[in-house]
Amino acid sequence: MTILDKFQPLQGAYDAVRAAGQDPFTVCFDAVLSPSEATLKGRRVILLGTNNYLGLTFDGECIESAVEALRQGGTGTTGSRIANGTYDDHAVLERRLAEFYGCRSAMLFSTGYQANLGILSTIAGRGDHILIDADSHASIYDGCRLGQAEVIRFRHNDPDDLARRLNRLKGAPGNRLIVVEGIYSMLGDTAPLAEIAAVKREWGAHLLVDEAHSLGVLGRNGRGLVEQAGVEADVDFIVGTFSKSLGAVGGFCVSDLPDFDVLRIACRPYMFTASLPPSVIASVTRALARIQEEPGLRARLTGNAERFYRGLRAEGFVLGPQAGPIVSIRMPSTEVAIAFWNALLEAGVYLNLALPPATPDNAPLLRSSVSAAHSEAQIGAALAAITAIGRELGVVAAPASRAEPLRPQGDGPRRASMAAAPIPVAPAAVAETTL
Amino acid sequence: MIRTSDIVDVIVGMVTALPQAPREVDAGTNIARDLGLDSLAVMNFVMQLEDRFDVSIPMDRLAGIQTIGDLAVAIADLKGR
Repeated sequence: MTILDKFQPLQGAYDAVRAAGQDPFTVCFDAVLSPSEATLKGRRVILLGTNNYLGLTFDGECIESAVEALRQGGTGTTGSRIANGTYDDHAVLERRLAEFYGCRSAMLFSTGYQANLGILSTIAGRGDHILIDADSHASIYDGCRLGQAEVIRFRHNDPDDLARRLNRLKGAPGNRLIVVEGIYSMLGDTAPLAEIAAVKREWGAHLLVDEAHSLGVLGRNGRGLVEQAGVEADVDFIVGTFSKSLGAVGGFCVSDLPDFDVLRIACRPYMFTASLPPSVIASVTRALARIQEEPGLRARLTGNAERFYRGLRAEGFVLGPQAGPIVSIRMPSTEVAIAFWNALLEAGVYLNLALPPATPDNAPLLRSSVSAAHSEAQIGAALAAITAIGRELGVVAAPASRAEPLRPQGDGPRRASMAAAPIPVAPAAVAETTL
Repeated sequence: MIRTSDIVDVIVGMVTALPQAPREVDAGTNIARDLGLDSLAVMNFVMQLEDRFDVSIPMDRLAGIQTIGDLAVAIADLKGR
């Protein structure tokens, strides 16, 4: 009997996945060559699962800014801002973020995960109520667990269910905080934000939107779903990450609340961790400017995402409800999902294998994320590889044998069954594991 | 005021309808272990109960719930607030 015995069922599940081929959770690239390509055991693979939405990881200006900051400011800050002090560049990036969103304040965190952990555990205290979408990311669940507030899940993307739950709280003291995401990470669907904002107003709640996957991706100026839905005045807190469209690492929260900065001496995941190094701050500051200067990046991403989504749908794959940078293909079983993932890697395409219970509706998924940096040839090659393997494994029918009903049009019944799961679940959330 | 035993009856009725339900289901049935539900499935099952009884069970309350009887007590308590 050891302290790790409790993980035996998890170990068993992991061993079963690994026995079927490569270990999907420890793929080690020889080298990452560009935002869209790497080498693996000497062979080139297309990167189609790295959330590098705008392809800025190799942007020349971002790299130059980072190198200069590295030489001038050193390799790291070696501590937190309350202990070691703030570098001027931290303050500049906070001001730029606040300006970008038109808010009074911005606060940096060392990762996006920590931004949710810090903000949720701090702003909602004992006696307050947090209402979270059931499909929320693990960092939202964990932020709730770290705090003292009562946490209630509402059905995924269901403003009526949210309103019912707020109604049940009628008369109970304490603040209400609603938490939703701009784009949900497993299926790539967006929140019905205008409707959720209306519920928020009706019930006098606060609203936090996590734009991790939608910053730089949605909205005319890249300000995410909040901008696209036109609800900026209704949102009290926006949380985001630097590790996706901005191509680095780190997280942030912006808010227009006048007293927001008091969190700097109250929020433990901000206070007791090392701040971001100068090179990261520099590349993120440059990347934030790039997404404002170059709307063409967003247009390219949207074009690639739509082409990829439509291409897969035309072949009969069951996808998430909306075309967007996250495109997930529903697999008929875990065994097929693992075989499919391995065959794709063999064919030179890397994407993510997502297994229950980390996925909505308990369905295994092949999750891909499209980038503005993907060339037409890469999107075409990925579509061809996925289609060929899909036919070989019987996930989709070959054209000759494909009957008309197997090709869903618009909101076809097969896609709808995935989009409107009868029992919404929480990806990568409740379960301590993603296996 | 709804009685805990009535809540147990409703939960047992819902559980019996699950495909993987064991033959004997009562207040002592362990929700996760005996019903073969992972933590996520438990939370989704609880969501159905919340609608049935028009009550929200906060997530921290779920941590202390093992059996159908525990769940019924929690619902009765929340209904009685």
